[in-house]
Amino acid sequence: MSATVADGRAPARHPNYRRRARLVEAAALAFGLLLIIWTLLPIYNIVMVSLESHGDVFTDAIWPPQPSAASFWIVLTEGYWYLEYFWHQFGNSLYVGVAVTVLTLLIGTLTSFSIGRMRIRNGWLISNAALMTYVIPASFLAIPFYRIMQSYGLANNLWSVIAAIVTFATPYAIFIFQQYGRSIPLELDEAARIDGASPLQVYVRIYLPLMAPALVAVGTYALLLSWNEYLYQFLLLSNKRSMTVPVALAQFMNSDESPWNYMMATAIIYALPPIAIYYAFRRRMSAGLTMGGVKG
Amino acid sequence: MTTASIADVGRPIIARPVGLLRHLQGPLKGSEYLWALAFLVPYIGVFLAFVVYPAGYGLWLGSKPSLYAEVFSDPIYQNTVINTLIFVGVAVNLKLFGALMLSGFFMRKGWWVKGLLLIFVLPWAVPALPTFISIHWMLNGEWGLVNNVLYHLFNIDGPSWLNDRWLALGSAMYSHIWKWMPFWTVILLAGRMAIPQELYEAAEVDGATGVRRFLHVTFPLLANLYLVLTLLATIFLLGDFNSVYFVTGGGPANSTHLLATLGIRDAFDLAQPRLGVAVVMSALPVLIPLVIILMRKLRTTEVEL
Repeated sequence: MSATVADGRAPARHPNYRRRARLVEAAALAFGLLLIIWTLLPIYNIVMVSLESHGDVFTDAIWPPQPSAASFWIVLTEGYWYLEYFWHQFGNSLYVGVAVTVLTLLIGTLTSFSIGRMRIRNGWLISNAALMTYVIPASFLAIPFYRIMQSYGLANNLWSVIAAIVTFATPYAIFIFQQYGRSIPLELDEAARIDGASPLQVYVRIYLPLMAPALVAVGTYALLLSWNEYLYQFLLLSNKRSMTVPVALAQFMNSDESPWNYMMATAIIYALPPIAIYYAFRRRMSAGLTMGGVKG
Repeated sequence: MTTASIADVGRPIIARPVGLLRHLQGPLKGSEYLWALAFLVPYIGVFLAFVVYPAGYGLWLGSKPSLYAEVFSDPIYQNTVINTLIFVGVAVNLKLFGALMLSGFFMRKGWWVKGLLLIFVLPWAVPALPTFISIHWMLNGEWGLVNNVLYHLFNIDGPSWLNDRWLALGSAMYSHIWKWMPFWTVILLAGRMAIPQELYEAAEVDGATGVRRFLHVTFPLLANLYLVLTLLATIFLLGDFNSVYFVTGGGPANSTHLLATLGIRDAFDLAQPRLGVAVVMSALPVLIPLVIILMRKLRTTEVEL
């Protein structure tokens, strides 16, 4: 499949071929080791700081002298004044994530059903317009979006954040659903229509079940997107009770005596759900995301 | 779009609407057309309320020419433009070239390569904010992990990474690449997997291996995808906010801002939203052509992200 496979198949013309193959493998292993260090360095730093005590953070240790999970306990019990609403804020993040996922799937499937399956005329205009949103950087719309939400009185309301993230997740959803929908024969819809099913019934009973793999892929994507998003949450949510975890985390950076160990422990707890979801759905996600791969 | 549905056949045609309405409806019947329209309403609503309206409002906010005179004469803005250009020129290319090479590496066989790939995609799965904050702390000149390691292993006193403009900009680029290279690697890996094995076998018969095989077989086939990805990465990077905001905070002395972070700073820290919009808008002359080229390219290449 790659360079090595070709090497493996090369006829044993050279007597020292085996030694060369072993050298290549050793070089690859060394490179892999470097890659692991590169990848894990910032993550190691999070873990290390979270296991340190407050005083040890400000030393030159590269491993905590007395590792302890006390910071995690402080976070879980909301034992520090920056963290007094931690579980409430975690709930907010979860609420935003779930609402974004459901809305993205709903709006995305309805749109792509109408364009791709019912083939409404000029539907391509909408899918192209949607793609245009995909390429407008989110931070470019942030300022006007903030002002509009202010004038609607939706500041500090989780729904303003949900609206923003859904806006940026749906174009992608529509794109993937349309691509994926091409693999489902149109005749299925038509047969059901002849049997007297209404478009709504076709959508619910035929389209949605057949789209399940794409739904999982896009749902995971939407959830991760809302978990990753910071800018809109920071701009739109400023009240301690309406904040989500990322905004609360960034607040730690405002203070000089920052308890970095608590912050890193919070960061780890916050990062666990997406990592779990990512690895649980990784195969289906990449199947949906790269389906068809490239047709040059 | 032009094929009439089979459902049309065998149905009595009762007084089809004529003219414009009929043209709009296309092959769909009255009630079907209404359903199809109804299904589009949620997205059209979202698009009008949260894309068209804010974009129009933004254009109006940034429409006064005098704003731009003010923005362009600001030395911080001038630095920001240079930073953005460097960021795009260096970070995008390093990231994508690295991803291209790494995708080749991950084509290797063996269990440990597969395991390594699982670890390698971790930066992409971890939320951006905690890791960027971690990098910010890791690069702290006094207490950061990087300088501690340098001191313990090589007995060197590392620089204070975030107190010098170029080191700080480099750090922001490092974190951007660290976070996003796995994503592009996975896409390019899928691209490489789609290349038919026979091509390689044929190339091998002709004696092309190693670098020559990459130059004459792999790269020509991936070139279009690579170009599309470069355009996309550039567009995404123009809007990148998190890596600079959390790693350098735009500092030292506002010397490492990108257009996105400077726009947000002007709009919120300085409470001058019009100025912020103008900063961000000034990227449009570059952004719009890129988007147009990308749209054209996308029509000829099928890429899925």
